[in-house]
Amino acid sequence: MCVLMSIMGTRVVRIEDPVFLSRGATYTDDLTDERLTGALHLTLVRSPIAHARITNIDTSAASESPGVVAVITNADLDITPAVLFAMAPKTMARPFLAADKVRFVGEPVAAVLTEEAYQGQDAADLVEVDYDPLPAVVDMNTALDGDVLLFEEAGSNLAGALQDAEFDEHLFDDCEVVVTQEMVNQRLAAAPLEGRAAAAAWGDDGRVTLWCSTQNAQAARDEIAGWLGIDPAQIHLIAPDVGGGFGAKIGADPEFALVTWLAKRLDRPVKWTETRSENMTGMVQGRGQLQTVTIGGNRDGDVLAYRIDVIADAGAYPRLGMFLPFFTRQMAPGVYDIPKVESRARMVVTTTTSTGAYRGAGRPEATAAVERAMDLFAAEIGMDPAEVRKRNVVAPDKFPFTNKGGVVYDSGEYAKAIDTVLEASGYAGLRAEQAARRERGDVVQLGIGVSAYVEITGGGAFSEDASVEVHGDGSVTVLTGTSPHGQGHATAWAMLASEHLGVPIEKITVKHGDTDLIPRGAGTMGSRSLQTGGVAVYNASSELAELARTRAADLLEASVDDLVVADGAVTVKGTDKGVTLGELAQREQLRVDTVFDSGAASFPFGAHVAVVELDVESGKAVVDRIFTVDDAGPVLNPLLAEGQRHGGIAQGIAQALLEEVVWDADGNPLTATFADYAFPSAAEMPSFSLIEMETPTPLNPIGAKGIGEAGTIGATPAVQSAVIDAVAHLGVRHIDMPTSPLRVWEAINTATGGQS
Amino acid sequence: MIPVGFEYARPGSVDEALALLTEHGEDATVLAGGHSLLPVMKLRLAAPELVIDIGRLPELSYITVDGDEVAIGAGTRHSTVETSSVLATECPLLPAVAATVGDPQVRHRGTLGGSLAHADPASDLPAAVLALGGDVVLRSTRGERKVPITSFYTGVFSTVKEPDELIVEIRVPRTGTAGWAYEKFNRRANDWAIVGVAVVDGRVGLVNMGSTPLRASTTEAALADGASIADAAALADQRTDPPADLTATADYRRHLARILTKRALTTAAG
Repeated sequence: MCVLMSIMGTRVVRIEDPVFLSRGATYTDDLTDERLTGALHLTLVRSPIAHARITNIDTSAASESPGVVAVITNADLDITPAVLFAMAPKTMARPFLAADKVRFVGEPVAAVLTEEAYQGQDAADLVEVDYDPLPAVVDMNTALDGDVLLFEEAGSNLAGALQDAEFDEHLFDDCEVVVTQEMVNQRLAAAPLEGRAAAAAWGDDGRVTLWCSTQNAQAARDEIAGWLGIDPAQIHLIAPDVGGGFGAKIGADPEFALVTWLAKRLDRPVKWTETRSENMTGMVQGRGQLQTVTIGGNRDGDVLAYRIDVIADAGAYPRLGMFLPFFTRQMAPGVYDIPKVESRARMVVTTTTSTGAYRGAGRPEATAAVERAMDLFAAEIGMDPAEVRKRNVVAPDKFPFTNKGGVVYDSGEYAKAIDTVLEASGYAGLRAEQAARRERGDVVQLGIGVSAYVEITGGGAFSEDASVEVHGDGSVTVLTGTSPHGQGHATAWAMLASEHLGVPIEKITVKHGDTDLIPRGAGTMGSRSLQTGGVAVYNASSELAELARTRAADLLEASVDDLVVADGAVTVKGTDKGVTLGELAQREQLRVDTVFDSGAASFPFGAHVAVVELDVESGKAVVDRIFTVDDAGPVLNPLLAEGQRHGGIAQGIAQALLEEVVWDADGNPLTATFADYAFPSAAEMPSFSLIEMETPTPLNPIGAKGIGEAGTIGATPAVQSAVIDAVAHLGVRHIDMPTSPLRVWEAINTATGGQS
Repeated sequence: MIPVGFEYARPGSVDEALALLTEHGEDATVLAGGHSLLPVMKLRLAAPELVIDIGRLPELSYITVDGDEVAIGAGTRHSTVETSSVLATECPLLPAVAATVGDPQVRHRGTLGGSLAHADPASDLPAAVLALGGDVVLRSTRGERKVPITSFYTGVFSTVKEPDELIVEIRVPRTGTAGWAYEKFNRRANDWAIVGVAVVDGRVGLVNMGSTPLRASTTEAALADGASIADAAALADQRTDPPADLTATADYRRHLARILTKRALTTAAG
């Protein structure tokens, strides 16, 4: 009698890492594919001015520079400006090279093609562009006023608006207490280790092979085909190793299309790899919301009404970022069962870098707002913020629960999550310690921040393809439409296949990010991969095991019911009679192609407690400890899930304490280097205390939800709240993120009426 | 970004380096650790015609006791300063300050002479040498001169060093058991100081409180007159002209200078 041990739920070490750690990855810039032999190198001349009319471009000197093959401007293009997101106004399309105007620092103005990469910048420096400066529009309220328009033909700076009905002036009539706060959810840079890169080579067959750094090859293919006006089938798009994305590499960038067009135009392969400076102004950035939040309730702690009014920054050319307030509105009430909820979002264009997705993408903004509101309400009525939260969360017997944003929460145990994290953190003891320090008037005060969250995962696309094939040698190939760029799908998907086939994961190869091999796929984003693509692999492997049993039944002259699949073979129960999967594959192709459709998004949830130590003389806060419950259902591989939580928490702490993309009033970027853009290192991180909790979703057979963004969504408000809590006894109620020492010091001064 | 094209020379001795400096003058730039020079070259903010790499000259790397002073070769790496047993005994402020520069990778490349020559008012080590009252030894084919650190700096990124001169040595007093402390205030461990305060033997050096490293002379005078630490520290921002940037307003820097000076003086008083 053999006992079948499940590989699922075990800490399998990442099988992709030995190559990354020894030979190194093969990023787009590292490619040595023979189709790229003799490739030209693209260097882009980028605008140094935020908003200006272009009166003249002189390329003559650049054309004479060593190694220059071509200098291309808008006048040479035969492709129309790209509408960078389906919902974006047609009047706000972006030319692939600036035409009459530039609208942000970093906008491509001319393309320089050289034989060698090093020749490019010398030539680019010789392109003379005459600019007639226009006023920059950096502030979102200024953009809304519309005195200066980015796109005259659009008639306003509004890229879009989302509102169900006019705000109800009586929304808060029943409330004893009403608190309003304006807050900023600041702009963030994704800053992946690998920036953007593309390489294109056209073949004699009229097809182009395009390698680029993307989170979803298939969507990038379709987007580029649309922009260039060609058939998607003409593009063979390959995502090689991708060095991080965090949402900023969703789909294609216009530069990728330009590379493709240039390769055709010049009849030579073309390569482009951006510099870090280009990345910090050219790659889409995240967040960027001004929020006016109003919360009302009674003095017993019941929240009765909530309103959030958002102005979101789309940047110069509207992209995915203009859509994300849709998620912010959906998730506006968070984990709370609030009787009346209203929201509005207006998306404006500004003379800044375009916005897109960044870890959480619309949901952290909702969570930060409602969690701050809960704190403000708790402070106003003098109740413990954890108590107020527990009093207002959705009760466990109400699931599936339709929230006031109109989405259905599949499953949740919100009060339990809060209780669990409070207990793990020793919350009562922390409050006692805080009281003692306040009593003593210590220089270093303790701040305790509590957050509770629910978010949307797998919400972008519910369906995903998978193919699983056993080869004659017994090895297995998995094809997936997801597109890992650090997440560990090579390991996780092999585990899912191994679960049903009993083949060791070392013999399972996971392939992704190649549109000829895998024509359909929605890629990796929005914490969707396991619950869609992973489940598709799980189901395909299960179906493959069934197929193998059926075929083996004929071969072994046995009943299907007597056959079991284990260790890569089909055997007759209780005997040593059997046939390996490899032998079956030698007789007839042994492959299953399947599609899994979850039909709906899932809603993981959790609660965080952050503890900061804050020097009230200098204003500097240091995160001392963070405790998190992140419930995304049953965990396939705890090692991978913990890694996702660690990274997410780190990025949450970063937003709360450190990071912010800043422009001056003229639209000049002030945070375009890693010296100025303050993303954290390990030295700024506390020890993470992760607490396990697993509430399955009914939406898929393994019960899994997404874990990729949870840490960010929960940690950001917990840390922000902890910083404010540390100085609450001095009268401070709110500090915008990042809660820098300067801001904390200024908040203390304002609250105490002078210099501390 | 790729820098503008340049010639590269790696002289085998200080004399060879000085000959190159004499020949090329302002068209040449000296490369030691490279952590300041290479980024500005890659951003094309600097485009020297000739880069003279002195990073591998052993004759510039030493730490020796010489009378009442410790002589440190200009090419001595921060990591070497940080771990020097001689300095730990003779001048403990310096290794403590070196340990706060950047991160381990930076400290294994960056040199003391390079840091002083770069003259960034946000750098730690110039203010430390200023608090110590050290000297900078400059050499050229014309000869050698010793410049007190107090008259070395002339402005942001500028010093009295002539284009044909090379910093060859830094001399600091043997402060021994005299009280010392360094208070560096930044947001991230590897950031430049928003404000830093180096204290040794009653002298106070300020980082990032003006266009050059500064001495908190009013505080020092008050201390000499017997003022309390609190009263003296409250004067630390006098005769400073702190910059305003993303991380701090001028007022905030003044505030930080006062509280950090109080803390550093308290620590130094043991």
